[in-house]
Amino acid sequence: MPSAEELKQRIETAIPGAQADVQGADGVHFEAVVTSPAFAGKTRLEQHRMVMDVFAGELGGAIHALSLKTATP
Amino acid sequence: MSEQTENPIRDAIADAIRDNDVLLFMKGTPDAPACGFSARAVAALQATGSPFAAVDILPDPRIRQELSGLSGWPTIPQLFVDGELVGGSDIILEMYESGELHEALGVEPPADAPEPEAPEPKAPERAAAPPLSIENRLG
Repeated sequence: MPSAEELKQRIETAIPGAQADVQGADGVHFEAVVTSPAFAGKTRLEQHRMVMDVFAGELGGAIHALSLKTATP
Repeated sequence: MSEQTENPIRDAIADAIRDNDVLLFMKGTPDAPACGFSARAVAALQATGSPFAAVDILPDPRIRQELSGLSGWPTIPQLFVDGELVGGSDIILEMYESGELHEALGVEPPADAPEPEAPEPKAPERAAAPPLSIENRLG
């Protein structure tokens, strides 16, 4: 079962300059606020896609839900 | 079970996206959403006053599989406007709160507080379409 800390690490490793604040005490439903300069010039859809791509294949599976907010610093 | 050579579900999904200006793929129906994320997406859409069509992805697991294959978006709900993926529930809600959703749907944004209080659309409202049913379109 993934932990919020694990999700945070994976997001921050995968997206350049990203800072992630991830909550998800039950281990299946998570909420993440992700800030990264790499989001600059991208639409919200593209920004969310970048984060969801980190967990390709796991969303809807091991990670039941990942609620996202993205921003540039 | 003789559907190996074709992909009628993907075709039906693509047709539905093309044929409906505003289309929400969701779990359950607008009247009875089966998931909190779908429920919030429906509430935001209804609050704009814009008519929208909805497809319940639950009756057949292949609907979700094919939809995500088509859209490249892994989760449900998914909102399409004019044939383009707008996003999932987080994006729908953020856009609702900022007024962008009204803009995307071509309805007047609320003058002040974006409370979900039956706004008055300028254009005459089209009758709300009943939920689409992909599997019924295969017959």
